[in-house]
Amino acid sequence: MTTLTVYDTPRTKPATGYWTRSRKAGAAYLVLGLLGAIAFGALARSGDARFALGTAVGGAGIPIPAKVGAIGFGLLCALAGAALLTGRADQWLRWLSGVALAALVLSFLCWQVSGHEMPLGSMAQATVRGALPLVLGALCGVLCERSGVINVAIEGQLLTGAFAGALVGTVAASAWMGLIAAAVGGVFIALLLAVLAIRYLVDQVVLGVVLNLFALGLTGFLFTQLMQQHGDKYNFPPTFHSWRIPGLASIPIIGPALFDVTVFGYLAIVLVIAVHFGLFHTRWGLRTRAVGEHPTAADTVGISVRGMRYRNVLIGGVIAGIGGASLTIGEVGSFTNNMSNGRGFIALAALIFGRWSPIGATMAALLFGFSSALAGFLPLVGSAIPSEFLNMLPYAATIVAVAGLVGRVRAPAADGQPYVKG
Amino acid sequence: MRRIWRANTVTVTVLAVLLALVVGAVLIVFGNEEVLGEYGYFFAQPGTPLGDSLRLVAEGYANLFKGSIVDPSAVSGAIAGTNNWSLVFSPISETLTYTAPLIFTGLAVALAFRAGLFNIGAHGQVIMGCVGGAVVGFGLPLPPGLHPIAALLGAALGGAALALIAGVLKARTGAHEVIVTIMLNYIAFWFLQWIITKPGVHDPTRTDAISKTIDNTAKLPSLGNGLRINLGIVLGVLAAAGVAWLLNRSTKGFEMRAVGLNPDAARTAGMSVGGAYVLAMGLSGALAGLGGGVVVLGTASDLTGQVAGTIGFDGITVALLGRGRPWGVVASAVLFGALHAGGNRMQQVSHLAIDLVTVVQAVIVIFIAAPALVKAIFRLRQPGGGLSTGLAKGW
Repeated sequence: MTTLTVYDTPRTKPATGYWTRSRKAGAAYLVLGLLGAIAFGALARSGDARFALGTAVGGAGIPIPAKVGAIGFGLLCALAGAALLTGRADQWLRWLSGVALAALVLSFLCWQVSGHEMPLGSMAQATVRGALPLVLGALCGVLCERSGVINVAIEGQLLTGAFAGALVGTVAASAWMGLIAAAVGGVFIALLLAVLAIRYLVDQVVLGVVLNLFALGLTGFLFTQLMQQHGDKYNFPPTFHSWRIPGLASIPIIGPALFDVTVFGYLAIVLVIAVHFGLFHTRWGLRTRAVGEHPTAADTVGISVRGMRYRNVLIGGVIAGIGGASLTIGEVGSFTNNMSNGRGFIALAALIFGRWSPIGATMAALLFGFSSALAGFLPLVGSAIPSEFLNMLPYAATIVAVAGLVGRVRAPAADGQPYVKG
Repeated sequence: MRRIWRANTVTVTVLAVLLALVVGAVLIVFGNEEVLGEYGYFFAQPGTPLGDSLRLVAEGYANLFKGSIVDPSAVSGAIAGTNNWSLVFSPISETLTYTAPLIFTGLAVALAFRAGLFNIGAHGQVIMGCVGGAVVGFGLPLPPGLHPIAALLGAALGGAALALIAGVLKARTGAHEVIVTIMLNYIAFWFLQWIITKPGVHDPTRTDAISKTIDNTAKLPSLGNGLRINLGIVLGVLAAAGVAWLLNRSTKGFEMRAVGLNPDAARTAGMSVGGAYVLAMGLSGALAGLGGGVVVLGTASDLTGQVAGTIGFDGITVALLGRGRPWGVVASAVLFGALHAGGNRMQQVSHLAIDLVTVVQAVIVIFIAAPALVKAIFRLRQPGGGLSTGLAKGW
């Protein structure tokens, strides 16, 4: 296979003239905010939308008059849009975007929750629980892609991690052994990815897709052959319990979600910080980014391009494998066929949505976790919105992001290009 | 002999299939608790586990053959008159039944490949094709001859509509089609889950999530008495001929290939790169949608959440194994169709889960994609015979 030189064709013409990027975004927020204020305000039932701070309904909470809230937050979104539209607030684009979108969501919630109550504490818990494998999967992606190896096989790594965690956890009767095995399972797929992509120069996107199939078939076959017939012997692992940090766990809303979780939750927090710090403040991180952006230059100054890539892909495998284990020994215990169920692809979406940065990817994963938590909650209050459409939200948001409609995302320059010395 | 042993497409393919079957054999042994236990006493009695492993693998692969090509006992039975001749042809019928949708999805991915696009979204497009085909199939009262045509048209439109989103975004904004089509897969998945519970689509006599049954007038006619094989396989071969003509003989096909090989050169030569992307994605989606149509109008008779199965993702492996060429796609679709049909029998008779077939497929494509690996294992001479998708690297 030959390596092609791909010239960086401009994706979007630099916005010139009146319609700069922030003006476009501002116009969109203005329209959305006004529409939200009108529609959500009209649809909201009179009475309060109550947001409980704890995990239980009926505890301390904030009642918001639904109609006022829906209209008010809609107008706030429109206001942020208008500020951007004036063209004088360009430097605050990110903050104003955040405010606008948060206000839009709140306006929507005021409509949906009107006459009901939403326990924010348990929403946060569901968000974090849903986001956990996404965060770890996306971190794996960050490590691979920052060093120039496209990883579409996150899904397969999560799946083998989940499987190995359940299998070894049961056989060794120890959740900790399961955790280690899960990491090994993730590394197994990562090793295939690394060797075939880096040494044999296989097209990485193709490879990722095929490795996902491989992992799906492998775990599915062994699941049916061994686990289904002898469940107690192979598929009954001990699970991790939550560790409650006294004090911190009592913080309203986020306390139970962040400080009353299993080892996976704490590991994720530590790993996000570690990868962020490592990537941007250490020699290893600088080298990783150099190898991902301009491998030839990195090679010239004596960095082993392939070595860096191997190392990062394998570390990524450890993280994704642990992420997969959070589905089995971190939650329900037993493994089921195809239990990652597309989470690896959402993790990929989170990685792209978060612009290949650990913190950004984590935020995106939390956003996706929130939308799935919402999809689980809204039917409980008799929402008219089909939960299927809420489940589409992460995917639609990612399409909007890559199409450059709300800010442009750019991959590391050498992402996906095998490096051949010479 | 020396010429055969040189790495060419055929040699690498055959060796890749052999290696994949070896990997499958290892898995068969690992998936059997009893035999696995016997390896604990390997040094005391090496004969027992080895013999049992061999027997296990041989029986499994024998059933793979009997389920996909021909069962010798059925032939002798038919000659002796103890069973029907249709039993003899039933494995072939099953193979070709599974082949038909794979040809369509394989062609869909292959066509996009040739234009330099990786359409991972065949799965979603198949789903939309299933929805389009089924809705016309039970929604419109049409006469027998016209109904299947209209339903297939609906299927093609459904698939094309979804794929065009990715094509247009790629042409207009440069959004990478891999990401967009992955996301569209899930959007299509949730759309299907939603629509099959809606009045007008949902079967009112059922409580579970299933659509109305497709009218008999819309069904693809069967090709064999009592066999599942239907017109889909013929349509698939015709589609392959059409795609072959389009790619190799037509101006638009030339433009697509030129864009696939080098978009900058094509643009310099005055071709519309964006136009080629949109056209290729639209056609690709239409083909994938037809694959879905062939499933709902041929073998499934209603929409369920899982109606699309894995044919969309299998289409990727089919296209890769077929090296992006229409007739190569047909050949590899037959191979994977046979694996699927044989896998069913393997599951029923030898109690080996059909997921084994997925592993074998994946391993075949891994070896095809890394010809250097096959070369290294078998010490073949000269490079070549590999996979060149002509894709632009990177996001």
